[in-house]
Amino acid sequence: MKELRLMKGNEAVAEAAIRAGADGYFGYPITPQTEVIEYLFAEKPYERTGMVVLQAESEVAAINMVYGGASCGKKVMTSSSSPGISLKQEGISYIAGAELPCLIVNVVRSGPGLGTIQPAQSDYFQSTKGGGHGDYRLIVLAPASVQEMFDFVDLGFELAFKYLNPVLILSDGVIGQMMEKVELSEQKPRLSDEEIIKRCPWATTGKTPNRERNIITSLNLIPEIQEKHVEKLHQKYLKIQNNEVRFEKIQCDDAEYLLVAYGASARICQKTVDNARDKGIKLGLLRPITLFPFPSTAINEMSKQVKGILTVEMSLGQMVEDVRLAVNGNVKVEHFGRVGGMIPSPDEVLLALKQQIIGG
Amino acid sequence: MSESIIKEENLVYKKTNLLTSKALSYCPGCGHGTAHRIIMEVIEEMNIQSETIGIAPVGCSVLAYDFMDIDMQQAAHGRAPALATAVKRLYPNKFVFTYQGDGDLAAIGTAETIHACNRGENITMIFINNGIYGMTGGQMAPTTLIGMKSSTSPYGRDVALNGNPLKMTELIAQLPGTYYVTRQAVHTPANVRKTKKAIRKAFEYQKLNKGVSFVEIVSNCNSGWKMAPVQANKWMEDNMFPFYPLGDIKVPSEQ
Repeated sequence: MKELRLMKGNEAVAEAAIRAGADGYFGYPITPQTEVIEYLFAEKPYERTGMVVLQAESEVAAINMVYGGASCGKKVMTSSSSPGISLKQEGISYIAGAELPCLIVNVVRSGPGLGTIQPAQSDYFQSTKGGGHGDYRLIVLAPASVQEMFDFVDLGFELAFKYLNPVLILSDGVIGQMMEKVELSEQKPRLSDEEIIKRCPWATTGKTPNRERNIITSLNLIPEIQEKHVEKLHQKYLKIQNNEVRFEKIQCDDAEYLLVAYGASARICQKTVDNARDKGIKLGLLRPITLFPFPSTAINEMSKQVKGILTVEMSLGQMVEDVRLAVNGNVKVEHFGRVGGMIPSPDEVLLALKQQIIGG
Repeated sequence: MSESIIKEENLVYKKTNLLTSKALSYCPGCGHGTAHRIIMEVIEEMNIQSETIGIAPVGCSVLAYDFMDIDMQQAAHGRAPALATAVKRLYPNKFVFTYQGDGDLAAIGTAETIHACNRGENITMIFINNGIYGMTGGQMAPTTLIGMKSSTSPYGRDVALNGNPLKMTELIAQLPGTYYVTRQAVHTPANVRKTKKAIRKAFEYQKLNKGVSFVEIVSNCNSGWKMAPVQANKWMEDNMFPFYPLGDIKVPSEQ
């Protein structure tokens, strides 16, 4: 029997990091994700597994600590919330350019600017379309439960090392703060220095006589070389798009209308689907789990089956653009959202569906 | 041709083993090459090549990894102390150093520098202070002297307009997390020897886990200063050294 625990989403991330065998966490307090670093310091992972935990002087320093640790082949991560994630974009761009593995968690709050500390999903563009400068992509995982907050930490590290690419867990203030039952996984051992050298022969671990020096850089001053590098990154992103799309379909088999929502909105929409079916409306939900790569093919297939699609996001409409691209005009796609830290209710969603899709 | 005349008995000076064969990209007369050389000599003499990780952020020395035959990380502008912090904490037995210019260490990376020093990270920081942004073509740096001309202080640094030059080394010497803080130069053979000794100490002290060892090297930028190399060195002695006096600022107490 696996270990069960009642946890906040943020605490689940912290416990998952220790159990995933992470080597280092570098963070900075910001609401609504501060429990991650608080839990880690209370838990003393440096005694449990030898994991390093450090409170940095800024978000900028924290992501650059991640850059330094990842450059050594270590399993390192940071977490923050929207304004802090904006500060980290420089470092994320460097990490993507240098092709390093790392995990970043964003427990999204409403913006722009300082906005509010209440939940939002308004960082979708930032997460999936770049965020920092340059042609790069993150692998973006969107948990919709505390269990997924836990599970996606290990999954995120696996994907990060598989593709040598930063992975972002795009959560929100609801999922980060709410408490649910979590099934904990077994403790994974941290890799030894020898295992790291074997797994990451590119890592800067000290030049030994049997190899050339290892250099971690995102700089290529010669345009021909930089062009090749960016094209190589592009090929990697295509591979990720081919291999790593994840999504969940809920009551989609006979659906005549479809909701597309991720994270906390997907939880709300699940209730909307039940309520709609009680009223005889055949409604389904497609929940993207990876936001990059986006489940475009699955959404396109559903668009051939349904009469209309409503995306539900706690934003002014960001993911809806990707849904429209996927649907490519097959059916009507509308957006419904609440912003500013307001959370849509299942009934509001159903009303929007009736007004914007069924009746529209 | 050149190979044939270098006979063992004629050899008085050669490239140190831990510098690569790549031609330095620095301007003739620049102090960077000498600073690179003596760091690599120290690493060779301590026999720690396989245990050393260097970090060079944006600036003229962003390409240091082309010249130093060790594992290296290229950091974003100002962020080297953050990378070094993580590397050293994750590999406490390795030797970790940053190699930063004045714009990097004393302007955009001030927070990272001060906090790495204040936390007492067991790293070595080499700080090249030439009072100017060399890489981007000679703009005013935080260390540019009052009255000194640069492309963004074309009539000379004016305190009312541009603020004061920053003595970063004196500032970080006050922090409890720094163990050894010194200011040196590499423009004469005697100074090169002194600086090399300082760098050696700075690396040796990492073994003690007592905090940051910090070596500032006041250097020239003859291109940015728009002077011939010899003239630049003279100008440095006459103008930089009075404001940035050479010598130890903080030395470990003998106990």
